[in-house]
Formats: sequence, C-alpha cells, structure tokens
Amino acid sequence: MLRELALARSGDKGGIADLTVVAVDDAAFARLQEQLTAAVVRDHFADLPVTGVDRHELPQLRALKFVLHDALGAGVSSTLALDPHGKALSSCLLALELPDEAT
Amino acid sequence: MRIGAGAGFADDRIDPAVDLVERGELDFLVLECLAERTIALRSLERLHDPDAGFDPWLRERMLAFLGPCAAHGVRIVTNAGAANPVGAVRLVAAVARELGLRMKVAAVTGDDLTRMWRASDVLAPDVVAAQAYLGGEAIVRALDEGADVVVTGRVADASLFAAPVSHAHGWRADDWPALAGALTAGHLLECAGQLTGGYFADPGVAEVPGLAELGFPFADVDAAGGVVVGKLPGTGGVLDARTCTQQLLYEVHDPAAYVTPDATLDLSGVSFTELGDDRVRVEGCAASPPPATLKVTLATWAGFVGEGEISYAGPGCLARADLAIDVVEKRLRASGLPIEDLRCERIGVDAVRRGVGVPPATGGEPAEVRVRVVGRTPERAVAERIGREVTGLWTNGPAGGGGARRSVTEQLALTSAAIDRAAVHTSIEWVDA
Repeated sequence: MLRELALARSGDKGGIADLTVVAVDDAAFARLQEQLTAAVVRDHFADLPVTGVDRHELPQLRALKFVLHDALGAGVSSTLALDPHGKALSSCLLALELPDEAT
Repeated sequence: MRIGAGAGFADDRIDPAVDLVERGELDFLVLECLAERTIALRSLERLHDPDAGFDPWLRERMLAFLGPCAAHGVRIVTNAGAANPVGAVRLVAAVARELGLRMKVAAVTGDDLTRMWRASDVLAPDVVAAQAYLGGEAIVRALDEGADVVVTGRVADASLFAAPVSHAHGWRADDWPALAGALTAGHLLECAGQLTGGYFADPGVAEVPGLAELGFPFADVDAAGGVVVGKLPGTGGVLDARTCTQQLLYEVHDPAAYVTPDATLDLSGVSFTELGDDRVRVEGCAASPPPATLKVTLATWAGFVGEGEISYAGPGCLARADLAIDVVEKRLRASGLPIEDLRCERIGVDAVRRGVGVPPATGGEPAEVRVRVVGRTPERAVAERIGREVTGLWTNGPAGGGGARRSVTEQLALTSAAIDRAAVHTSIEWVDA
C-alpha cells in the first residue's frame, strides 16, 4: 500500500485538487517514479469527475506532484460535497495498492 | 529580519501567534486570513451590512496582538480586511485607542473590482464580488511611510509575507533573486501551522509530538534573500524537511512556474537542509518577472443550500440509512419543488469519498451511519424544506433515527479571470489611533 512508502497532502484551487506525494526514502521514490503514474492516480480516483492529471517530479525532494483537473467540480464555494476542498483525498490516495516490485 | 506567521486562515488559533510575538524576536507578524472562498463569503455579508465584510475575529485578534506587538516593536501586516479593509482599519484603530496605544494604521484598497465588473456590459453583470490578487507594492509603501498595522483585502498570500521583507531590506521590485527567497518563505509560512506539523500527523507513519501545543513558524530572510525557517523552543509540533517539502508544494500546480503578482517562482530546484532545533535552510528558489495581468476571483450568487443530517446505529443501520434516503428523495420529488443538485450521502461509509468504501469492501457493516441530504435551490423556503424532510424522519422515517440537524446557507460560485495591471489602482487610507 502507498501509505507504507509515502506521505501525502491535498490542496485545492477552484475545481482543481492537487496532491503532493513524498517518498519516505530513496528506494521508495525510485519505485514511485516508475509505478505511480498519472494514469494510475487517475484510475484510483475514477469516482471523481477528473478531466486530466498533470504529474511533476522533484527528485531532490523525493516528491511527486499530481494536479487533478475538475476533481472538485465547480469549486469550493458552490459544490455541495461534504469535503468540498478535497482535504481527505491525500489519505484516500495512500490506500492505493502498487504492483509487487519486479525483482 | 524575521517575519512570523500569525494566522493561516480565517478561523486560525490565536495563542500560538501571541507566543511568537512575545518570545520570537519578530520584526513583523503576518496574518493570512483569506482562503479562496472567504472573501466571497465576506462580500455576501457586506451586501447585507455595509459595515461588515472583514474578518469576524479581527477585534479578538487585535485585542490579543496589539499590546504585545507594541511592547516588542512588532508591526502587523494582514489581509483580514477581506471585502472591507477600510472598515477593518477603523476597528483596528478603535481597539488601539481602547488599549491606550498610539499607532499608525493603514488600509490598502484597490483589489475590489466589483463596481467595475458590474458596470461592464461585456462581462457578467450579476457578479456579487470581484477581487484582484494584488502584489506587495502598496504594503511596502505603507510600511515605508511608517504604518504599524497594514490591513488589506485580497493580496496574494506569498506577497503578503514578502512585502515586509522587501520593505525591511529596501529591495527594488525587480530584485528577482532576493524576491525569490522572500516569496518562497511567504509561501511556506502562509498556512502557519501547516509548516510546523499541522495537517501532517498520521499516527504510525508521521508522528507529531505536542500537536495540542502546536507552535507557529517564523522565517529569517537575509538581505540577499537567504531563508531559514524555524519555530520557537518549547512549542509543540515538528519543522523538518518533510513538513517543509509538503508545504512547499501545497497548492502549487507547476513547481517550475508558481505565479504570484510580484514574480513567477521556480520552486523546482528547492532543497531543504535541517539545521537542528526545528530550523531548516531553504535554498534553490528562483524568480522571473510576473505576468502582465493579475488574477481576479469572481463570485456570483448560486442560491440557497438546504441541508439535513440524521444518524442510525446498531444492526441494520446501513439498510435503515438507505431507506431514509429513499424516503426523503421520494418526498422531495413528490413536492415538485425546484431543487438542483440534490445529494444524499452516508457519512461513515461513502460521503467524503463517494462510491468507495461500501461494505463488504470495508469488511462489513459500520457500527453507525449518518445520513446527509443536501440540495441547492433559488428559494430560501425550499432550502428550509430540504432540512425539514430530514428532521421529519424522526417520526416519519425508519426506526432509531437520532441526532437530526438542519441548516440553510447562502452560496456563491467562484470563477477566475485575468485583468491588465494598468486597470488596477491601489491606494492607502490612513487612520490615526
């Protein structure tokens, strides 16, 4: 599970949810670089109205940045969701099961 | 010079900021009180009451901060003016007089473009509020002219913190390497406790000692823009490379191009060095000239939101919750009332995260479920009706429904636009206390 390999934090701007994933060590980051693709994150949040996922790598920080477009619908002030900011999405992302390491 | 984070959002805690003023050897205390939605909500308040529209905790904050700030020579910069900075500074001046303090208090105006937007027939005339994200220029000017307290409306968060640094070091507005450091420091501080272990603790994987006594952070920024962030000894929380990394990238979309009104930041090469004692050196940030336009947030009235909740517990609670939802949906449909976006959720099962976590995926039935029904409508009476159909479940719904509550709120929808800088004119209004 991703929670064993990384910490995460969610943010929001309008309808965009952003997720920061920081690996706990270099080995974990190498694995995430390979396995935690934009498509994998998109599929994990198939229940959200995401129209696109941008992915940025920051190797010196062992961090990956995911930007989920339209994940929050019409944005904080108009959505009716219980968690309109998507604050809980980071924890939900950490439930993601990665494939076993191919060694 | 040293800036301290005194608030990271409208409802933020006050005690950690007082501690920072009293023990932190600060030059400036910066209070960031405006989330994206906050100014829209304050605008709505001002529609109903022209004297309202600023941070509702401003009086409490000033009562707590002005005395210690005056005693320790700390000046205040805050965006707590929200939709009414002039009204806010009048209150600040009144509190200063109450406390027997002589202070120069300034309001920065010019962010509010509502009138301009409504007058335009090309753009949306139904806009309730339109505010531009200002840079730090007017704050720097007010501080240069001796302000003890500067109150603004919408200013970009990082700029709110960078402005007192620019003032203190006398930087030119195009000193990009120096500004890069100050804006990055501002971005790290803008959510206060989120840099020191707030929004971070996750028992088992991310321990935060003393979370209950969480301290707020400060940043030391030298004349060349070199940055060290820290928190006070004896405060709870943790400030290390992990918390700095999370906050550096928080709400940043492209790390190589984080746009502020004062500069576009390249954060992609930032690195952190832990110096011990909750101190971290920040290096590798860069900045280039900002865009020719400013971001504007537009709020339009979106109607009334009616909401109701009720809980079910024990064996069969999920089936009773589902029955309750079915009953409310049928009754609201039969009413024929104009309800948009009706949403029925089961808190504890799949409300925060819809469509996921439904038993048996979670291993069976939860011990309790809370039903939430929420809908949007143009009419207040219809919004009241949504909540009343939920409280109505007490005597007209499944067995064992308890803890029913209902509410009605007004809602604004937000969109963004861009405006040429030349169309935005800032000015400073002074009030002597």
